[in-house]
Amino acid sequence: MGNKADELVNAIAEMDEGKAIDLANQMLAEGIDPLEVLRLCRVAMNIVGERFEKQEYFLPELMMAGDMLEQIGAIVKPLLMDQAGGEEPETLGTIVLGTVHGDLHDIGKNIVTFMLELNGFKVIDLGIDVPIEKFIDAIEENQPQVVALSGFLTLAFDSMKETVEAIAEAGWRDKVKIMIGGGQIDEQVTNYTGADAFGKNAMEAVSLCNEWIGGAT
Amino acid sequence: MMSDANYDTKELYAERHKRVQDAISLKETDRVPSVFYSMFWYAKYGGVTCRDIMYDYDKLSAIVRKVLNDFQPDCFSLPHPIIALGPSMEAMDYKQLEWPGHGTDPNVSYQFLDKEYMTAKEYEEYIFDPTGFYLTKYLPRISGVCEGFGKLPSFPGHYYIQSVLGARHFSNPAVVESFQAMARAGDEMQAMLSKAMTFAREMRDAGFPLAQGASAISPFDYFADYFRGSKGVMMDMYRKADLFLEAMDKAAVFIVRSAVAQSERQPCKIVFIPVHWAFDGLMSEEHFKTFFWPPFKKVILGLIDAGLNPLLLWEGDCTSRMELIGDIPAGKAIYWFERGDLFKAKEILGNVTCLRGNVPPSLLNTGTPEEVDEYCKTLIQVVGKGGGFILDGGIGVPDEALTENVKAMFDATHKYGNG
Repeated sequence: MGNKADELVNAIAEMDEGKAIDLANQMLAEGIDPLEVLRLCRVAMNIVGERFEKQEYFLPELMMAGDMLEQIGAIVKPLLMDQAGGEEPETLGTIVLGTVHGDLHDIGKNIVTFMLELNGFKVIDLGIDVPIEKFIDAIEENQPQVVALSGFLTLAFDSMKETVEAIAEAGWRDKVKIMIGGGQIDEQVTNYTGADAFGKNAMEAVSLCNEWIGGAT
Repeated sequence: MMSDANYDTKELYAERHKRVQDAISLKETDRVPSVFYSMFWYAKYGGVTCRDIMYDYDKLSAIVRKVLNDFQPDCFSLPHPIIALGPSMEAMDYKQLEWPGHGTDPNVSYQFLDKEYMTAKEYEEYIFDPTGFYLTKYLPRISGVCEGFGKLPSFPGHYYIQSVLGARHFSNPAVVESFQAMARAGDEMQAMLSKAMTFAREMRDAGFPLAQGASAISPFDYFADYFRGSKGVMMDMYRKADLFLEAMDKAAVFIVRSAVAQSERQPCKIVFIPVHWAFDGLMSEEHFKTFFWPPFKKVILGLIDAGLNPLLLWEGDCTSRMELIGDIPAGKAIYWFERGDLFKAKEILGNVTCLRGNVPPSLLNTGTPEEVDEYCKTLIQVVGKGGGFILDGGIGVPDEALTENVKAMFDATHKYGNG
């Protein structure tokens, strides 16, 4: 099995989709614990994430890896029905994230969610065109360490500013760090909105969260 | 005999036109030219909603007229073909955009709907018969009133008397309904374009050259944005690489033909090409060199061969691609970098292409006129040195820009000459 396990990890990490799905099927047919197959997928995803950080991999590779994981997950799921709930994954911290009101763009936000989750954070993704109240409700409910506001259009500058102000009015400004990101976001916009920092890409978002949450578990 | 006033504006037109053409040809000019490009800032400036300027063609013209008079740019992009589309889009039941008052707030700009409009399995069909696929499958998906075209047969199978028998398909009620609805949309579009061209002539007579005529697209963006959707196209690079490349090769021919045909009716020979999928960190350099640049270069060379000047708006930060996109004929194109480092571009591409840009939207929307002035001064002095530069915002004048900042940007070209 050791060999096949390595091969599965490699196939996913090297974007060999056909081989990855075949191997997963073979291993399950041979009676290998479905949870072990999922664990191998996570090992592979970590390799993909590392290569993304090193700029050897880019968005197409994240998409492919995510899709392979989904396919294998769908094969494994029925086999897990009999088993007990499985372990609750440990997280480094919680992040409430969404595209601010008026803006319907979600690609960038989804990549950030993906990378944050891959790096061990729990992400509450509120979706796109998120009303201010929805952010406040989610903050109160989930008590995150970080709030992440995404926006592609220039109108998002004002939506972000309003959202940050509302978070302050609701009394949460000292309890959360706020990061922003998206097409036109830079230092100037960060000051304008009152956010704590901005990230140019998904990796910078992960770095900011690591810095703020300090890797505490 | 011409009046003095007329003579003045004619002179002014010729002077501005030459300034822009010289910049494209990489010749040194008396001063760096400016260009007015915006999407919905016109609404803010005119005190109306974004929706108003999409539906009221005359209102849009009136605001643009005032803008040109107030800011005196060296050339301008006629906004009608990208803004005054409300009635036609409604008449077509167009599905790829949400627009002001139609899916979004009347004062919020366009939002593109990133979806799959062609499945991965349909590449073969597109490659075999692009026109048939476009008419009977693609159009019905992007336009509600075109659904009837799905009933049309595969015409090349008709021959001899079958071509006569085939006439019956044109009387299919669903087909007839689609043709009639599209004729109504077409009438609306003709009405808008006729007003737009009249307005463009009026502005020409007032001394303002156009900054762009036709538009085109890179084959990668064509499929990524408008056919396959972003997730689909990223998978295609792995799962359907050969078909994707073949389809782009085919699309490139249609894209060039369309831009050339549009340009025949246009006084301005600059072809606007917004570039969406090139930015740093999106795909690997290897993928860029395989999938993005070769089909795009084919389009660019096709346009240049036809005597046109491609204007590429490199959206996002494309600095890392600069070394890879310089292999085009010198002095024919304009590379407008939205966020890319223009100083670096000057070094790498300054001998190949005219550069344009790129006062950041954040500065125009939230900065002060002094900051804008300072930023423009540096751009003019460094990037404008020796010619080959047109001053503009990163994405033109953003919808929410402050008027005093826009003013500062246009004043800078007069203040700082050619650096």
